[in-house]
Amino acid sequence: MSGGRVITLQIDGRDCGADENQTILEVAQENGIFIPTLCHLNGLHPVGGCRICMVEVEGAPRPLPACVTHPAEGMRVTTDTPELRRRRRLILELMLAEGNHVCAVCVVNGHCELQELALQLGVDHLEIPALYPRREVDASHPRFGLDRNRCVLCTRCVRVCGEIEGAHTWDVMGRGLKAAIISDLNQPWGEAESCTACGKCVQVCPTGALFEKGKATGEMVKRHLHLPLLTAMRKEEEER
Amino acid sequence: MSGRLRVATVWLDGCSGCHMSFLDMDELLLELAPRLELAYSPLVDRKEFPDRVDLALLEGAVSTPEDEAKARLVRAHSRLVVALGDCACQGNVPALRNRLDNEQLLDLVYRQQADGPAAAPPDRNVPPLLTHSLPLHRVIAVDLFLPGCPPPPAAIVRALTAVLDGETLSELPTLKFG
Amino acid sequence: MNPEELQRIAAEELQAKSAAKHRIGVCTASGCLSCGSREVLKAIEQEAAARPEANLRIEGVGCMGLCSRGPLVMVQSGPVPAENSGAGAETAFLFKELTPADAPALVAYLEQQKSDPPTVAAGSTASSLAAKRCDLSAPFFRRQVKVVLEQFENIDPERIESYLAAGGYRALLDCLHHRRPVEIIDEITRSGLRGRGGGGYPVGLKWSTVAKAGAFVPQAGRSSRQSAGATAADRPDGPRKYVICNADEGDPGAFMDRSVLECAPHRVLEGMAIAAYAVGADFGYLYVRAEYPLAVERLRKAIVQAEKRGLLGRNIGGSAFNFQVEIRLGAGAFVCGEETALLASIEGRRGQPRPRPPYPAEHGLWGCPTLINNVETLANVAAIINRGADWFAALGTEKSKGTKVFALAGKIKNTGLIEVPMGISIHEIVHEMGSGEVGGIKAVQTGGPSGGCIPAEHFHLPVDYESLQAEGSIMGSGGMIIMDEGAAMVDVARFFMEFCVEESCGKCAPCRVGTTQVLLLLEKIGRGEGTAADLGQLEELCHLLQQTSLCGLGQSAANPVLSTLRFFRREYEQLLVDNTGKSNETDGSQSPQQGPQEVKK
Repeated sequence: MSGGRVITLQIDGRDCGADENQTILEVAQENGIFIPTLCHLNGLHPVGGCRICMVEVEGAPRPLPACVTHPAEGMRVTTDTPELRRRRRLILELMLAEGNHVCAVCVVNGHCELQELALQLGVDHLEIPALYPRREVDASHPRFGLDRNRCVLCTRCVRVCGEIEGAHTWDVMGRGLKAAIISDLNQPWGEAESCTACGKCVQVCPTGALFEKGKATGEMVKRHLHLPLLTAMRKEEEER
Repeated sequence: MSGRLRVATVWLDGCSGCHMSFLDMDELLLELAPRLELAYSPLVDRKEFPDRVDLALLEGAVSTPEDEAKARLVRAHSRLVVALGDCACQGNVPALRNRLDNEQLLDLVYRQQADGPAAAPPDRNVPPLLTHSLPLHRVIAVDLFLPGCPPPPAAIVRALTAVLDGETLSELPTLKFG
Repeated sequence: MNPEELQRIAAEELQAKSAAKHRIGVCTASGCLSCGSREVLKAIEQEAAARPEANLRIEGVGCMGLCSRGPLVMVQSGPVPAENSGAGAETAFLFKELTPADAPALVAYLEQQKSDPPTVAAGSTASSLAAKRCDLSAPFFRRQVKVVLEQFENIDPERIESYLAAGGYRALLDCLHHRRPVEIIDEITRSGLRGRGGGGYPVGLKWSTVAKAGAFVPQAGRSSRQSAGATAADRPDGPRKYVICNADEGDPGAFMDRSVLECAPHRVLEGMAIAAYAVGADFGYLYVRAEYPLAVERLRKAIVQAEKRGLLGRNIGGSAFNFQVEIRLGAGAFVCGEETALLASIEGRRGQPRPRPPYPAEHGLWGCPTLINNVETLANVAAIINRGADWFAALGTEKSKGTKVFALAGKIKNTGLIEVPMGISIHEIVHEMGSGEVGGIKAVQTGGPSGGCIPAEHFHLPVDYESLQAEGSIMGSGGMIIMDEGAAMVDVARFFMEFCVEESCGKCAPCRVGTTQVLLLLEKIGRGEGTAADLGQLEELCHLLQQTSLCGLGQSAANPVLSTLRFFRREYEQLLVDNTGKSNETDGSQSPQQGPQEVKK
């Protein structure tokens, strides 16, 4: 994003120039400062749902999600403190405890953003008890599958389908721990008329929740580098 | 450290893959051997858990009262306890059953999915089960977690070396699940 | 309707009221209706019809506060008091727990025109009536200062004329004909009114933010399918702003807003219209939960009546101001009281909050600047306009002006609805007004699932936004639950956490999963199986909720736990397993998180 005022802020003690319409996450990325993320994906509208990218902003009463917070003149941002690290780790533990994340038998083992995040944040066991929910698997689609046991509700699939493919097949149903990804009006995916079978949802899914059929453990590699390209193309078309 | 490090390896509810990984240390095992004493292991012939062990590596989740008793015994006689592999660290495959209660589970295995004629779950030879398959640290205190399915041999070497050299275990690099 | 017409209708209504020798008002709010006030009203009407010489005027009126003792019936005699005078009628008796069987005695007594109240005489019915008389000089009534609940005993919620006679809509017409929007905002700002939904944000500041924001052409949602619930009429072509009344009252034990909506729907509509005029909006939504059917019915009626009288709709009061109000029903999700979730719900999308900023004042409904105020906040507006900012600012404390309505519940004698000036002490409310036994009360819970428990030792504290917050609680929307020594604080915390688990929307991870994990820990500790490590984990999770949740629901969900930990930590600690004894016999540095599970064959 651009076109706004140019401002200066500090991230981890470093002076950064930024457009006011950018997010702190974007500015940090431009400046080579790493902030861990999960629900965020370049090219999709940020929702601030996973709370992994929380950073400290001087004067703010609580940490703010870098993916939806815009910079302001003179803002001082800290992206890495022991406190933040502890909070991120605990949030990740909550997510791991919430589903049934069994990497050893997962199609994306070795290529999973959740698994990678656990490694980065130093989660090697769960201090909190796992909840072992019973969640449904939807294998009704001829090409793809949905295993809700591995879903972290990042809603990337919902967003890519609505914002980029324009089909809006996916949405969220239910509240709290019962919240779940559904296709159309909670029909089996294979019967969802709006689905174009484009597979974008599968590619943007950070975990093995959405996968291509026929892939064995560790065989599924997600490709989502096409996203920024797609959005750029769409924008260009809109402007023409 | 005086003398050789007395090491035990224990097999709870796991597939023995972590023990395979242990053996996969290959020639590194030979290098470590002079400094180690394998005091107890499914790989050696000792029947009773020794009185005093420096380091116990436990593979597998805690799924039965037998597992639980064994884990407590090991804890009582070991200076350091390591959860070896995903099952010990977070339940992994054995814990997949946790979404069912035990009756449902046995019914599924012996009736619904029986290859031959459906039969009642046997009352012998199948050990009583805990209600949940648990990671080790839910039952006893754990000093180090080495996740992985299995954990790479190099990571086991690294951990053993760290203990031998008196490093702080909490500073070891984290391993990946899976 | 112009001001002269309004005056005429009000005068006619007042005259009709004054013509009667006695005026009998029977409460027709949900509380009294549920214990049979409709039947009492009918019985009195029948009895009065049989004795026309008694010259009685009988109407259904609004809530009179002592809800646990309904049905309540107010009898007034003498001239009708001047509007906004704050004075009661010359003589007024309030009867509690009346039954239809009491009607003959009541009417017979009034027919005799005695100046004394009914006394315990030989006659059996009269004596039962006397026993049902409330002492209006008791602190429960005397300590109240009514602004929001003013004249409820005189207003028939289903007739606009009744509201007009009580001075209704005068403030709106005054604003439209004599004041510029900026003057109105200034008046509200100077009054010091703060949001009554719980947050306490300065109302004037919010209004001026919306007033300054440029109107905006409503935008469809990101996906057109998502906005399918909204009709085309909602989103005309031109730029606009919106005013929303947040009537999604959801705290367990709180029913202030319900009462205001049921008893004086026009007061809320008038507040909305004044707000709309002040900020430059021409469309408003009343977001009411569907669990309030009576409130919805009366609001619908009130909107039709106001439109007929030209007090809503086009060219209000003969001015150039247009304002249309629609009702939107909430399905009862607690999170929809959060303003961004409320907006999503009105737009026809899943009721989930979104990160702020942007704030609704700048980017609200369909992207337009939107003013969202709570029911009680809006119900204060007309009074401030009528009597002036200085009058209002003289009520309450330095930072918390005016009055606050509370729903009193729990272990006290007098439960129900009260309106008190800000700054009154908790002691006065609990022990004097509520007649709670001194020494027997342990704590008071304010603010519902977002609030906390204040122990009896702190009852000297004044009730205002800052004091309650400093104690780890909040003013909240006004629920107040009084607990005696029998209340186990771990259970209290668990009760509210169960509520938050049910009501978490699931959008952000800390709230979605964290609330459940906190609940599991509270249950474990409550069962007597918790360890010191569990208590540590509990606090860590509570801080995580506070610090990292997306919206107010999650951020405040831990308050009941943290506040009970703060004042009643011993109750938690007493329940812990002795950590050194049983579970930690080895020299392990960590204690196990969970005991062994029970064996099952």
